[in-house]
Amino acid sequence: MNAWPFVIAAYAITGLATLGLLAWAWRSMRAAERQADSLKRDR
Amino acid sequence: MHGYANPARFLRFARPATGWFLAVGLLLLVAGAIGGLFVTPPDYLQGESVRILYVHVPAAWLGMAGWAGIAVASLMQLVWRHPLSAVAGRALAPAGATFAAICLATGSIWGRPAWGTWWEWDGRLTSMLILFFLYLGYIALAAAERERGGDGRMAALFGLVGAINLPIIHYSVLWWRTLHQGQSISVTGGSSIAPELLWPLPLTLIGFSFLFGAAVLMRMRAELARAKAEARLRRATAE
Repeated sequence: MNAWPFVIAAYAITGLATLGLLAWAWRSMRAAERQADSLKRDR
Repeated sequence: MHGYANPARFLRFARPATGWFLAVGLLLLVAGAIGGLFVTPPDYLQGESVRILYVHVPAAWLGMAGWAGIAVASLMQLVWRHPLSAVAGRALAPAGATFAAICLATGSIWGRPAWGTWWEWDGRLTSMLILFFLYLGYIALAAAERERGGDGRMAALFGLVGAINLPIIHYSVLWWRTLHQGQSISVTGGSSIAPELLWPLPLTLIGFSFLFGAAVLMRMRAELARAKAEARLRRATAE
């Protein structure tokens, strides 16, 4: 059995899930910090 | 550690650390993945499928480490009432759940060529699946508590009780000798894997750990910023 398709699938799932987690964490952090800053300026 | 329970002091560390964690993590991960995919030889028994080891083992380690972190944060919240401990617990959960899911997915993919099956109700696989469901339960409970303005004590209790599953996962390969292989890598030495195959593993392990840390820091920063924004809104409406 050729194992390379399994290896590629495992690395692809790992890469996509890790990048997805980091992108989501980054976006939510930026949005929350921007909102907090804008409320500070409005006061 | 107690010093960093102060949010302002924590943010002074977290803001510069986030970028460093991301950069160091990505660098180590790319180096480890290149080594694991293209430099190491295939295993004499498993052939090329052994390369899944370099992503599967770090994912398993981080899935378990995430819950250990939740248990420590829960203890700190219940005993010392540290203001950051509930935030840390909530930030650890999505990262831990992601890596538990990666561990299950890559293990299943590895199982097909190695064992001839995608899934077996083996002790290690089942206890890891339970860990993933515990993460989902913790995330839902913590979110519901936060929405109702609770102090997160129920989630903290759940985090502590759920830690019972960690030794079960660890010793499952000794207690129930079914399909999953026994312990082959030890931090204190005595690994049964050849050094020619093993050397990229510390690179991916530390690389993923830094990325995990970066995700947790970003989630904690988001939670603190959201709390700050809510406090400012409350103050503005009161004025």
